[in-house]
Amino acid sequence: MALIELNGVTKYYEMGDQVVKALDGIDIDVEKNDYLAFIGSSGSGKSTMLNILGCLDKPSSGQYHLNGKNVESLDANELSEIRNLEIGFIFQSFNLLPRATALGNVMQPLVYRGIGHRKRKEMAMESLERVGLGDRVDHLPNQLSGGQRQRVAIARALVTHPSILLADEPTGNLDSQTTIEIMQLFDELHAEGHTLIVVTHEDEIAQHCHRVVEMKDGRVFNDSTTSSAAVTS
Amino acid sequence: MLFSLIESSRSALASIIAHGLRSFLTTLGIVIGVASVIAVISVTQGMSSFIGDTFASLGSNSLTIQSYTPFEDQMKGIRARLTPEDMELIERRAEGIASITPVLFANRASQIKFGSQTAFSRIMGTTYAFQDVSQSYMSLGRFIAQSDNLTRRRVVIIGDKVRENLNMPDNPVNEYVDIGGEWFKIVGLMEAKGEIMGQSQDDIVLMPYNTMRSLQGNQARTDIQIQLSLSESAVLENVTAQLTTLLRNAHDLDSDEDDDFQIQTAEQLMETFDTVINMVTIVIGGIVSISLLVGGIGIMNIMLVSVTERTREIGICKAIGAKRHHILMQFLIEALLLSLLGGLIGLAIGYGLGTLISSSIPSFPPASIPLWSVALALGFSGFVGVLFGILPAAKAANLDPIDALRYE
Repeated sequence: MALIELNGVTKYYEMGDQVVKALDGIDIDVEKNDYLAFIGSSGSGKSTMLNILGCLDKPSSGQYHLNGKNVESLDANELSEIRNLEIGFIFQSFNLLPRATALGNVMQPLVYRGIGHRKRKEMAMESLERVGLGDRVDHLPNQLSGGQRQRVAIARALVTHPSILLADEPTGNLDSQTTIEIMQLFDELHAEGHTLIVVTHEDEIAQHCHRVVEMKDGRVFNDSTTSSAAVTS
Repeated sequence: MLFSLIESSRSALASIIAHGLRSFLTTLGIVIGVASVIAVISVTQGMSSFIGDTFASLGSNSLTIQSYTPFEDQMKGIRARLTPEDMELIERRAEGIASITPVLFANRASQIKFGSQTAFSRIMGTTYAFQDVSQSYMSLGRFIAQSDNLTRRRVVIIGDKVRENLNMPDNPVNEYVDIGGEWFKIVGLMEAKGEIMGQSQDDIVLMPYNTMRSLQGNQARTDIQIQLSLSESAVLENVTAQLTTLLRNAHDLDSDEDDDFQIQTAEQLMETFDTVINMVTIVIGGIVSISLLVGGIGIMNIMLVSVTERTREIGICKAIGAKRHHILMQFLIEALLLSLLGGLIGLAIGYGLGTLISSSIPSFPPASIPLWSVALALGFSGFVGVLFGILPAAKAANLDPIDALRYE
């Protein structure tokens, strides 16, 4: 069974008397350890896709199975739990808590899991060292560079050992050098066995991925697997 | 549950400290409210315990009987009286009485002259037993003797306040004063007793009971007060009941008529004062708690601002797995902590204020804070925090994660 299974997923928004079909019948499977990019112009349904996959939103119709669980039947609190257990978010604007240190930010998801302070700190340190920020743990987000902030965000996503890492334009706010560093980190994480889904409009980013899904008007326009994407389990 | 409580307190405290000035200004309403409550309570309670001590020193085993005419009857010109015969009756028949004495108040303007000085005072006629009943002690000279009474001698005992008012020498014994055109020799000066509720207990002139009666022209219709003290073994309730029966029989009262006299104990008098003080406490406390309410609204206001300001943070927390109750607790505990901190600061300031007030006014008793008022202040500010924190906290907890994440 695939890690993610979408069957006929739609998402409609009502804008006044008009119905916008943000997603219009999506069928897609994502296997464990996939390295997948959603690309497409703005308005193609990428962001909605990300919200659905990230369990921030529920489909209007269709079925979404994540790790065998049907997301449709869950309430807001259960969705929170799914996000905490299964998903690691990496956002374009980093979305770090401004008043918490790097360490505090990385520890935060574990708070909602009910893990004690000492254990949290241990896990967060491990995660921060993994992204190469072991020496910056006591810095506040505004004392860090953009690349460092995104590393903190990645560490926060990794600390819960999620089933999928979900990145929304992860390099959109970064310069080209930092972009390369972050994408190298993504490549490493994939090599370590993580499942990565990246939403982007930049082709260079998509080229790192082993599977590229192009979206257009709420539908899958093209789904191509590059030759290097051989690893499935 | 305990775990998430500790975590929420941790982050709430961090947020309060991060917005130091704003947190302080927010709690100012609570601080002022609690400070005024505590100041008022500490002053009135100090007063109340002081009065309690004063009355205890008056002798709690003494009784005062006086005539009592309901207001309606007064309008009809009816006057209840206690007569010397009533006192004789009590003296003969009642049990458990150690000393008994009549007290007859001067019925004219009580003017006293000494040289060119004039003063007004409470002038009463009584007997040697008054000293025992009222627990008065002499600082100079002697008290009224039985022979003074029998021979209607023109002698007086004065309180220290009277001596002061008349500009008399430190030792006024053997001086003469003019009361109502008659000359009286001062034979004793009483020990100072201080004030109760701003009224001096030393502004008093005592003369023999029979002297006072003859001064008043030996009227047949005298209305006296009877003061008595109980013997060690006597039970107050029993004596009171006995006195009531005796006096009702003597006054020929039918069973459906009310008493035309009142029996007061020092304790009752104290209770009356206590009631007044408690009323004052409650009324002022009520007024002041309005300011706590206003303080609570201030907290709600700032918490609502804080929720809006931190919408994005709330979105982030929800995205990484915060459930509804996590967010709710965080904001609720922040409001609770804010108001409790305000309560604590207010407690300290209020105590300081109460102490300042009572020490800056001379002859005012020291402030005292009863434990219940501390509990009340903290409990109330905590209640205000929860009450006014719940709305902003619920607002935060119900935010949609997508909208919250998009919020700029």
